[in-house]
Amino acid sequence: MGYFLQQLINGMALGMIYGLIAIGYTMVYGIIGMINFAHGEIFMIGAFISFIAFIALGLIGIGWMPLALLIVLVATMLLTSVYGWALERVAYRPLRHSPRLAALITAIGMSIFLQNYVQLLQGARVKPMQPVVTGGVRFFELGEFAVAFSYLQMLIILITVGLMLGFTLIINRTALGRAQRACQQDLGMAALVGIDVDRTIALTFVLGACLASVAGLMFLLNYGVIDFYIGFVAGIKAFTAAVLGGIGSVPGAMLGGLLIGLIEAFWSAYFSVEYKDVATFAILILVLIFRPTGLLGKPDVEKV
Amino acid sequence: MTPLLSVEHLTMRFGGLVAVDDVSFDAPASKITAVIGPNGAGKTTVFNCLTGFYKPTSGCMRLRHPRHGEFLLERMEGHAIPAKAGVARTFQNIRLFTGMSVLENLLIAQHNALMRASGYTIGALLGVGGYAAAERRAIDRARYWLDRVQLTDRADANAGNLPYGAQRRIEIVRAMCTEPVMLCLDEPAAGLNARESAELNELLRFIRDEHRVTLLLIEHDMSVVMEISDHVVVLDYGRKISEGTPAAVRNDDKVIRAYLGVEEAEEEAQP
Amino acid sequence: MRASTVPQLPFDWPRALKDAGMVAGVVVLLAIALLGFRIQDTSGGPPLAYRFDDVVAVALIAFLGRLGIAALRAQRAVPVLVGALVFAIALTAALVLGADEQQLFFRSTGLNGTIALAAWILSARAAWLVWHAASETSAELREARMDRLSAQVQRWSGWVGPLLLGLAVALPFLPWIDRRLLDIATLVATYIMLGWGLNIVVGLAGLLDLGYVAFYAVGAYSYALLALHFDLGFWLCLPFAGIMAAFAGILLGFPVLRLRGDYLAIVTLGFGEIVRIILLNWYKFTNGPDGLSGIPRPTFFGLPMVRDAPEGGHSFHSFFGLEYAPIDRVIFLYYLAIALALVTNLFTLRIRKLPIGRAWEALREDETACRSLGVHPRNTKLTAFAIGAMFGGFGGSFFATRQGFISPESFTFLESAIILAIVVLGGMGSQIGVVLAAILLIGLPEVFRDLNQYRMLAFGVAMVVIMTWRPRGLLAHREPTVRLGHGPPEERHEGPHA
Repeated sequence: MGYFLQQLINGMALGMIYGLIAIGYTMVYGIIGMINFAHGEIFMIGAFISFIAFIALGLIGIGWMPLALLIVLVATMLLTSVYGWALERVAYRPLRHSPRLAALITAIGMSIFLQNYVQLLQGARVKPMQPVVTGGVRFFELGEFAVAFSYLQMLIILITVGLMLGFTLIINRTALGRAQRACQQDLGMAALVGIDVDRTIALTFVLGACLASVAGLMFLLNYGVIDFYIGFVAGIKAFTAAVLGGIGSVPGAMLGGLLIGLIEAFWSAYFSVEYKDVATFAILILVLIFRPTGLLGKPDVEKV
Repeated sequence: MTPLLSVEHLTMRFGGLVAVDDVSFDAPASKITAVIGPNGAGKTTVFNCLTGFYKPTSGCMRLRHPRHGEFLLERMEGHAIPAKAGVARTFQNIRLFTGMSVLENLLIAQHNALMRASGYTIGALLGVGGYAAAERRAIDRARYWLDRVQLTDRADANAGNLPYGAQRRIEIVRAMCTEPVMLCLDEPAAGLNARESAELNELLRFIRDEHRVTLLLIEHDMSVVMEISDHVVVLDYGRKISEGTPAAVRNDDKVIRAYLGVEEAEEEAQP
Repeated sequence: MRASTVPQLPFDWPRALKDAGMVAGVVVLLAIALLGFRIQDTSGGPPLAYRFDDVVAVALIAFLGRLGIAALRAQRAVPVLVGALVFAIALTAALVLGADEQQLFFRSTGLNGTIALAAWILSARAAWLVWHAASETSAELREARMDRLSAQVQRWSGWVGPLLLGLAVALPFLPWIDRRLLDIATLVATYIMLGWGLNIVVGLAGLLDLGYVAFYAVGAYSYALLALHFDLGFWLCLPFAGIMAAFAGILLGFPVLRLRGDYLAIVTLGFGEIVRIILLNWYKFTNGPDGLSGIPRPTFFGLPMVRDAPEGGHSFHSFFGLEYAPIDRVIFLYYLAIALALVTNLFTLRIRKLPIGRAWEALREDETACRSLGVHPRNTKLTAFAIGAMFGGFGGSFFATRQGFISPESFTFLESAIILAIVVLGGMGSQIGVVLAAILLIGLPEVFRDLNQYRMLAFGVAMVVIMTWRPRGLLAHREPTVRLGHGPPEERHEGPHA
């Protein structure tokens, strides 16, 4: 029971990270119908920028953790979203009216570029970081074993929930959100009624990058090691989460992320660590075969 | 004379929406049957059920193929309906292979016959089985139909580069290249000018009289319907409200009401 | 287009400056964290190094470059030419003379070289425009021009193809060819073959396969395991490896081929990763990350390419009475790659003209229409998928026999991405396009292997730049598979096809 609870907590924290990345996939897919292939790299860049920000803050002597965290969070979101914007501008906008495959190739190209760019500038070695947020609550003490709910995990869950609330507000209450929902329905029509489609799409990428950068920060805090390659696997898993939840649906992405996180935690705990990625991919394939619209997605009827 | 197609109690529901509600009608062999009705009456849905794009919620569609026997269309997979039961169709928004040449479009319509002739590719790759002759015959058939619609000189052009009227005709003769016993046409006259419309009528009559193919067509253009159809089925709100010869249907009160909406207008006027 | 007099538009200086300033600003924001700081790996020293001068340099270059391009668009080619040329000459001279790196833009010669190259390209473009008194062409005009060129290349393919083949056959005997170049040529030929194989799936059938490397891996491991455990020769294993890969293709394709484009892409990507992870972890069978070594080399119709002939037999050189030369094997492997590629090409050219090939293309165009004409969508896609996989398997066994060693490391997603990039960049469905793209993407970076660090970086940039420049692929052009022979052929180029 204790072991199970522990995995539940671990899986939830992990799932929150996947969910945040998945929202970026789902939003972009919803609006332009394409997989943002370089989104995982944006997450990776977010992790690197927050790492650098932490060290820089440490050097100038801001040691009080809540303040440092806040500054890192803001700085990372700001700087990473510029990457999201640039990605859209370079790899997607010029190809808006081209065959879909073209944009996929530019996105893969950007993904390869960004990976190597970070590798070149920051070195290929794994970067370890001292744990920043330590301590936690222990409960269910049974002899040697106790369930640990660390402050870090609490923080991850809190920040994610907070971001989700803010994000839902943006989507439902602001002009940007309205424009975005309109573009999801019909890009051409949205343009006809005077919505600046280019701007809306760019902002979608920016928002997605913002959330992915927070995921990067949390990944850094949670694991304490990053390298230039973390974006690929995390990206695929987050995409799986987006598909599982129903692509185009923001709550679905969060739900899918949570499920993937839990599945991964339990699979590693009860079956085998080596094959945890296989489990994720197998789920992706099964979902697509048996329920291609995902858990919360709308079915799409073929029009003849 | 037994009809080629009998639709019996066909019903199609999408969630709570009943698009086709207990519709029954017959399509006499080698005749032109028109399905008419106001927008949203469920005409295209009937077509989509017939050609396997939708699985009907209930009902039965019986097709009596003169050579291959009887088929229940609702039990067949989409691609098997043209291949086995001999039911071909065209689409409301033309669906040609726009990046391929006109001739290639017509050859793909003969895919199954050509596949057999090519020994399912293996024979043709090894150079046995007389595929070349089969391909020549297929091209001859394509040429025959292109001659019919005066588009032989555009055979090697990209189908997508042809003008609209020509694309309509190509889609019809492409369907004919599958050698169907029944041809379903979804608004074939839409967007055609008077001259093209007249040519279309002639083509449809030719298909009926010379090739003994049964035609089923959805049409809004009443002049086309009245001029060429032998039998008319009228749908409104998913139900059949009338059936008969063009002349009989034209004078049917229910049909007039459905088209002009007299009754409802009056009902709304009276509190 | 060429025009003798180009109307000079007024050059909007404030706007151009503002625009260039914005670009520079964005570049600063992009560069400040990742370029401005570097996390130090060594413990003990300061945890961060600073490179703010590099950030300033990048921003400055972005500013000038943007300004230069804006000036070119406004027909101010002469000042751009002068500026870019001065810059390029100065930087190149400094690089050649080996100036102190601290004095240049960046601390890295590679980056400085890249900047110099960019400046040279900009000057060349400006010079061209000055020379022809022309203005920057619009995207539509450029597309139309490239379309005409692609059609031209296609029409020439009757003699370009044999010419290329002749060149490929003669290559090992050209005077300046050494072992390294031959190795590169073999690699390029392998990728051409893989590109042609994937072209069946992506180019003809329009199925987006991001896990092609899985079939490549299946082929490689099938051959390696059969050869190691059952002592079977390359030629016996080759068809078997192809069949195994095709079987894997059917196994994957059967459930997933009804998915729409992007979903199919991600499922195939997942499948590729699954195969890699299994290879990595199934230690008993695949030897895990250590890989399989000692894979037998191919024989020349039973004659091994070794120095010492096996007991009671001949080796290649003793049978033909030649001196033993190690390069023989390299040449043999090269010809093997060419032969495999040629087989793939001939197969594709032939099958395109058969009903199945036409049905693939029709499925790519419109699946609904295909169904209405009695084409079985799943079976037809499945054949494309299986045949593409089979050629992937052939490529894999060739890879295994050439390397003599395989490990899961060789079968990453990057490999799939590279092969796909070759197909798409070349122009989907275009056989010569694949050759061109393979030479550009594989050959060129290999030749510049010394700049190893920048190789993949440039690869990514090239993918983006070429695709933006010509989204339908370099030599995208489609010839009908069959003609009735009516009407002039030109009419096919009357408009861009969808």
